Amino acid sequence: MAAQYAHPEVLVETDWLAGKLSDPSLRIVEVDVDTAAYNLGHIPGAVTWNWTTQLADTVRRDILPREQLESLLSQSGVKPETTIILYGDSNNWFAAWAFWQLKIYGHKDVRLLNGGRKKWIAEGRDLTQEVPSYPATQYKAKEPDLSLRAFLPHVQDAVGKGAAQLVDVRSPQEFSGEILAPPGLPETCQRGGHIPGARNIPWGKVCNEDGTFKSIDDLKALYGAEGINGSKPVIAYCRIGERSSHTWFALKYLLGFDNTVNYDGSWTEWGNLVGAPVERGAAKAAGAR
Amino acid sequence: METVKTEQFQERQIELAGWPVRLTSYRVGNQYVVQADNVSPGACLARFSAPTLEEAESQAISKARHLLGKTQRHAVA
Repeated sequence: MAAQYAHPEVLVETDWLAGKLSDPSLRIVEVDVDTAAYNLGHIPGAVTWNWTTQLADTVRRDILPREQLESLLSQSGVKPETTIILYGDSNNWFAAWAFWQLKIYGHKDVRLLNGGRKKWIAEGRDLTQEVPSYPATQYKAKEPDLSLRAFLPHVQDAVGKGAAQLVDVRSPQEFSGEILAPPGLPETCQRGGHIPGARNIPWGKVCNEDGTFKSIDDLKALYGAEGINGSKPVIAYCRIGERSSHTWFALKYLLGFDNTVNYDGSWTEWGNLVGAPVERGAAKAAGAR
Repeated sequence: METVKTEQFQERQIELAGWPVRLTSYRVGNQYVVQADNVSPGACLARFSAPTLEEAESQAISKARHLLGKTQRHAVA
């Protein structure tokens, strides 16, 4: 029998969801990188959240303020006891970003659709363009649990005192400093490279070709090869903190590395700091530092 | 609720402006949808829908090539 994820309850499969589309205890939410993809067709009954405007403070750089999260969930007809099923394009990239924020604000039952939008479409399942409407609620969020989030001093401690292991989940070219942003996207930092001591494990490596998460044995091998085994706290980062929320999900909920946090300041904070140490060049083999 | 099934889902990888690009296409109703993403990290660069696969793909490739052509490679000492 295959080994189980540490928290298998946070994933649902497409077959399961297809049989639950009318379940009033669920709220299905699509969160895409491509914020207009929902309009082309979405899982029947799903609402959408726009990561650029609805999952971030649109004035200062920060996660969604508590009152705005409450408003978003209320408009989506979500109650504290609702099971939220998140899915999206690109291996659930931004669905994981929403998952992370919902956990910060203490929503109890949040799950990802394993394989996301891609797998649903590849399987030829139903889509609709009808936008559902649900009775509004009066959602009250909990106080933010900031233990799930790394701030700059925490990362500086990791660099200076070895207090945590850093996992840079960007592409090898971003890690080395060859490019300052993913190909085709605007450059948003002053310097290229990575935080000293970070291991480079690109976020997409945790997924299979069909978008589902790899087995726990494969995940253990992937991270173990880079010395990440849960024995020390882990800080995941990328460029703006969303790819790393996906890695945070895999480390914390699939592998059970409870002491994992997401540094959403990420490279656009570190790479713009005056005087911060930066390493450049390709990743070295684990243990070769 | 009116629903429609997706058909002819396929993916393939090409190179544009020196960068790997994944083209994902499928048919939904009477439209073909083609999306181009940058493979790593997988960010959507372009997405078009059109009555034919060729038309949707041509537009997606054109826009993706334009965006990728702006990417600067920096020397890494």
